Amino acid sequence: MSTTRGDPEAVAAVESGAPGGRVESGKIACNACPVLCRISEGRTGACDRYANVEGTLTRVDPLVLAAEVAREAGPLVPFAAGKEWDGNIVAGAPVFVTGVGAGTTYPDYKPAPFIVSQRHGGVETVTVVTEGIFSYCSFKIKIDTDRYIGPECAPVRSDGEVVGHVTTMEYGSQMLSLGGVHHLTGGSKKEGRVTCDLMMNLGNKKAVELAVEGGAALTIQAGKPPIIDGAPEQRMRVGCGSATIGIFAQQWFGKVDEVIVVDDHITGVLTEHQAGRFLGMRPGGINVTGRRSTPGRYFQVANPGSGWGGTDIKDPLKAILSIDPETAWPGERLLMVSTTGEDYAYFVLDRGLKPVPAEMPEDVRRVVERIGENCEPALATVLFMGGAGGSLRAGVTENPIALTRSIKRMLVNVTCGGAPAYVWPGGGIMVLVDVARMPDNSFGYVPTPAIVAPIEFTMRLADYGALGGHLDRVRPIEDVIAHARYRAIGWNPENPWPEKLSRGD
Amino acid sequence: MAATRARLEDKRWHFQHGPIDLVIEPFGTEAARARVIARGWRRFQTVLDELVAELAFLRAPVQEAEGVTGPVARRMLAACRPHGRVFITPMAAVAGSVADEMVAAMALEDGAPEDGLARLYVNNGGDIAFWLAPGERMRIGLIANPEHASALDGAVEIGHHMPVRGVATSGWRGRSFSLGIADSVTVLAASGASADAAATLIANEVDCDHPAVVKRPANEIKDDTDLGALPVTVAVGPLPRALVDRALARGVARAEALRREGFIWGAVLSLAGDYRIVGDAGSAIPALPMRVA
Repeated sequence: MSTTRGDPEAVAAVESGAPGGRVESGKIACNACPVLCRISEGRTGACDRYANVEGTLTRVDPLVLAAEVAREAGPLVPFAAGKEWDGNIVAGAPVFVTGVGAGTTYPDYKPAPFIVSQRHGGVETVTVVTEGIFSYCSFKIKIDTDRYIGPECAPVRSDGEVVGHVTTMEYGSQMLSLGGVHHLTGGSKKEGRVTCDLMMNLGNKKAVELAVEGGAALTIQAGKPPIIDGAPEQRMRVGCGSATIGIFAQQWFGKVDEVIVVDDHITGVLTEHQAGRFLGMRPGGINVTGRRSTPGRYFQVANPGSGWGGTDIKDPLKAILSIDPETAWPGERLLMVSTTGEDYAYFVLDRGLKPVPAEMPEDVRRVVERIGENCEPALATVLFMGGAGGSLRAGVTENPIALTRSIKRMLVNVTCGGAPAYVWPGGGIMVLVDVARMPDNSFGYVPTPAIVAPIEFTMRLADYGALGGHLDRVRPIEDVIAHARYRAIGWNPENPWPEKLSRGD
Repeated sequence: MAATRARLEDKRWHFQHGPIDLVIEPFGTEAARARVIARGWRRFQTVLDELVAELAFLRAPVQEAEGVTGPVARRMLAACRPHGRVFITPMAAVAGSVADEMVAAMALEDGAPEDGLARLYVNNGGDIAFWLAPGERMRIGLIANPEHASALDGAVEIGHHMPVRGVATSGWRGRSFSLGIADSVTVLAASGASADAAATLIANEVDCDHPAVVKRPANEIKDDTDLGALPVTVAVGPLPRALVDRALARGVARAEALRREGFIWGAVLSLAGDYRIVGDAGSAIPALPMRVA
């Protein structure tokens, strides 16, 4: 659970007169069970399931709790901690207060809106929760594709405004950097507004449309397949052409005489490649276009494009420069395939050594299918990058540098909306977070414009005291549950529970 | 609101009514398990009402509770009565007594063991009662240090021949209040009720005076507590090693006395990362890297 609220039905029932009723001196009589507790304001009944919240009987745990607890029991009962878990069950499932909707105290000379203490594994922990205003922030986009989306450094536009650029190509993917302070505040008013909108949408997991100057039209949504020039990308390549040769050489051996794996980065030629020579294969005598890097590995066999293996090749034979009559032979079996296995063709050389399309034997087809099987689904992934090194720290501690140092020493676990954040080494508290792990609609903005994003710092109470934390503002989690207005959402089970990352003694 | 039950994954059941949460697992033939659960459910539905009917007495010191008649209430009284020299109410054994009552109702039919049932446990929020057929054993995992609850430090294996059918844990971090500062005191005894009462008493004894120990009157934290204005532990900060030793020694002395008098079989005491083992528990927990008191 991220934050939990009482069962709304229970609350509604109370308001209409049941199951709780008012009795003497501000106490509430709970008749949820035969114990009939009389509960004072701010306290819970004997079960710890029902509480008196400002005169209203409120269910304080979600109904799924019992099942969660039961998983912890069993024939191997860790009983020294049993009581403690029991406390957790009845007081509510583990609850983490996220920064989403926490509000901010910009410019942060006041303590953060929520400084919450709770016990985890017997250790009193503190989570400082706030929404940070990030002037310096951007989104890094990884697009799993070998297709050409545009040259490095090309401007990327949204609604006609430049909002970012193409950055380095990475393994099996094209990278964009979008947003950032220059586009937010350094350009025209419209550029700032469009950038802000784009960043909000990216962070909130909505689809955005982008145009790369001299390149592709893109539709990007966190965790979804990228759409490039109108075509949804299916698969990431299994590796470059050379890697594909290396992986599958053994499986092709004896079934075909030559394999050319077409790839925009490195095109591989089996019999010339180290892998083919290792198998003692007879040289096929088929020369490909492009520039030879090392034996059997060729750069730039064609221009980048949306054809075979991220090249502009639609007819694979265009990748063949010449066929050496001294080496090739009639009847030579040639497979051409892309690095995702999506494109493939099978030829047999005729008497004139001309490749003639032929039906692909079943055992060769199986290897081609295996290339596809080994490709992961292509996704667009969106990481938020923001620096919380400035005044936001004052909301956490009187001595901001102490927070930065404690984070670097791994005493403080940094999360954004409960999602684990990687903290970039060096100065400041620069975080990198997968927005897909964050709650929906985590991002907001202020008209500056700047981006508002949740951020939480979790640490041991003792460590919080040591870094000059606002100890007088620490509230128990029960107090937050009882008095804050909140929305309950499920804890993303793919995220590690923040306290678990806190360093033990 | 009536009692509820839910079947959990594998063969476990969850029974809940008001403040009572039980996790139950019978082992044996399918037919036996079904009969055992059916009997348990029949019994469980009235347990809370029976307790509530005598709640005022059960929240009073044992000396004033003699007249209670409910079967669970009698178990609570029986477990706490021998310890009446100090302040104790039958509530000190409520969790263990409910577990015992459930085990008895489930494992036995007209006093005879259920045919085809090998073993059974009822876990009432960490206070556990169990039943073993001849030749059967129950393995119970041990976490020595609740601060590092992810590691299983050892396991006690209880065989049919051993005089242990209950395990209970008490400590100030738990759901119930403690007068002491122990992180946990786990007791192995003949029944869940005996273990429950003894764990409470031993945990109360592990104590010291130090500014890092914060106590508040129980009735300022919870309404209707049986502890009234007695100061209960709400926080324990870092303590000097010597005080930890002394507090544990007090608990060990109480545990040894209870063992000599036959109330418990063994105990594991934990405070501030340090541990003591009393009785034969140590020999059953070879994996525990603990100091044996």
